[in-house]
Amino acid sequence: MTFYIIRRILFAILTLFLVSIIAFIIIQLPPGDVTAVRLQVMQASGLYISPEQVEQIRQEFGLDKPLYQQYFIWIGRMFHGDFGESFYYNTDVSEILKERIPNSLMLAFFSIVFIYVISTTAGIFSALKQHSAFDYSIGLVSFFGLSIPNFLFALVLMYVFFKFFGISIGGFYSIEFKNAAWSFAKFADLIRHIWAPVIVIGAVSTAFTIRVMRASMLDELRKPYVQVARSKGVPEAKIIFKYPMRVALNPIISTVGYIVPTVISGEMVIAYVMGLPTLGPALLNGALSQDMYLVGAIVMILSAFTVFGTLVSDLLLLFTDPRIKY
Amino acid sequence: MGNKADEKIKKKRKIRTDVSYGRLIYMQFRKHKAAQIGLIVLILLYLIVIFAEFVAPYDPQNRLGVPYLPPQTIHFFDEEGNFHLRPFVYGVKMETDMEIFRRKYVVDTEKKYPLHFFVRGDSYKLWKTFDSNIHLFGVEGEGAVFCPLGTDQLGHDLFSQSIFGGRISLTIGLIGVFIITVIGVLIGGISGFVGGTTDNLIQRTIEVIRSIPMIPLWMGIAAALPANWPQSRIFIAVVMIISLFGWTELARVVRGKFISLREEDFVMAAKVSGSNQFQIILKHMIPNFIGYILVSMTITIPSMILGETALSFLGLGLRPPTISWGVLLQKAQGLQNISFYPWLLIPGLFVVISVISFNIVGDGLRDAFDPYAVTRR
Repeated sequence: MTFYIIRRILFAILTLFLVSIIAFIIIQLPPGDVTAVRLQVMQASGLYISPEQVEQIRQEFGLDKPLYQQYFIWIGRMFHGDFGESFYYNTDVSEILKERIPNSLMLAFFSIVFIYVISTTAGIFSALKQHSAFDYSIGLVSFFGLSIPNFLFALVLMYVFFKFFGISIGGFYSIEFKNAAWSFAKFADLIRHIWAPVIVIGAVSTAFTIRVMRASMLDELRKPYVQVARSKGVPEAKIIFKYPMRVALNPIISTVGYIVPTVISGEMVIAYVMGLPTLGPALLNGALSQDMYLVGAIVMILSAFTVFGTLVSDLLLLFTDPRIKY
Repeated sequence: MGNKADEKIKKKRKIRTDVSYGRLIYMQFRKHKAAQIGLIVLILLYLIVIFAEFVAPYDPQNRLGVPYLPPQTIHFFDEEGNFHLRPFVYGVKMETDMEIFRRKYVVDTEKKYPLHFFVRGDSYKLWKTFDSNIHLFGVEGEGAVFCPLGTDQLGHDLFSQSIFGGRISLTIGLIGVFIITVIGVLIGGISGFVGGTTDNLIQRTIEVIRSIPMIPLWMGIAAALPANWPQSRIFIAVVMIISLFGWTELARVVRGKFISLREEDFVMAAKVSGSNQFQIILKHMIPNFIGYILVSMTITIPSMILGETALSFLGLGLRPPTISWGVLLQKAQGLQNISFYPWLLIPGLFVVISVISFNIVGDGLRDAFDPYAVTRR
């Protein structure tokens, strides 16, 4: 088992290494090097730049060195918390990350909690009442959940709430709480705002997980031990909650590998639509203005989150499901 | 197992042996009513976008001079309650609301424009070959407009635009899934057939790809597309971006099938009878999992369509003047736009309808290709 854990951790590190190469390739993708865009911007704003200055900038970024060395310079700086500069925001990339990562993680956390609370309840009751009206309507709703583009869902939700309730949903806090210190009132304000993006981001994964939960619960309910328990006169509630449910809950952990990337992908688009200060809008602005250090850093960070999430879920599964062979 | 026992099991499971495999699949698919409706919807959608120039009442780039016109309703009864067999639309008058200083439209009941089939309107070149100006339906007369889904900021007819957008979005789904299938079958096949270190390497690569969130990755790559590229090249690039990492699921399915079929008796029999590897794969193995590939293709198309829509919506995919559903939805950004002009969201309905249809057809096909399955949820 120790061997498995070590192997699993090594694999996660290898994955991160490969991801970093992909992120580096992304940074190198636009034609011309990183200074090209920056020079364009500076020249467009009427600043004169001498060839010496260009050379100086190129040296500063290590652009005169071969590509593999540039990669090691880039990754070496990253270990020191230096992700380069963002000319779009005109500040260090690390500053932007510091400000937005907590927001992103908070949104992801609430979304994941939402996904699991809704999908386990709905999935299990769907299985218990198979072929009932409840079961069919849950099936129908989850079918739609998988078919609507999340940003369209967000837009429709925003429209409906504005039109019929006069509420504009978006942002994390009301103005008066934006810069306030943490308090219970601020937390309550956050909850009043965050439910909308959480529902939108969670929709796809909830629909998916409901299906998984329902199938896994149905599988368990058909097993002979349930019959035995029933024939021995164990109360129905105890049969369900004590045995099959515990086994059926395993997908909670095993679906993390699917849910974390989906939530993070969803967050990118939804945060932009609903005006939330997470990594999403920063990535979009960076991508639209070819601010590649910013883009590369965010792709890297987000992938690191998912790799870490999958690693934790795999290790957790090891302890919760003794049937797993390693 | 004896023949008699076999018969008994077949009878018990209600397996029919008097019809061919193909016939069984067809019969099973016919049982799935929702999937048939989905299939009909899809055929209709594709027919509409194939004949987009003819079906759309206007040229999608034509500015009709009525910016932000709300969707017009078709009437069968006029203001006096008289029934008209031929439906008509009322004319519209543009006025300025002096209180909020905004343009608004008033229905002009004085003017009635009956709807006709095969009206002459904007001229077009169907498939860049056939010149014509006949449209499936529309209104005729000076100053008459018929925009069932309203117009956008520049007065483009949103219905016509949605149809032309569908041509791009639905095509991207098909091309993308073709690329994904080729890559997926190839890599999955190699992984399953060669096995050993190659298999291990490919599987680990798939795991790495699956642990990366796709949208940020797509956004990163799309960021690199030069602004001055021609439309056609951007189109190809967007297709490539969304197909680049989408093959992993299919590769897994194909690999699993290859591994399980490798051990089957009939493969062994073919080997003993002197068939070579190539014949075995082509004649004996592939026909056995072609159904899985088809199902997998059907349910991959929606993710292609959604991917393109999301990228274009964000401004990182296709760009105007190219029209796709994602490009159309870009107009609906911001609470202000959607609260004043909610009909800008309607193109999204086309996305939802096509995605649902593909998913349902995929469900039906999955059931159909497994005609011997007894337990079904």
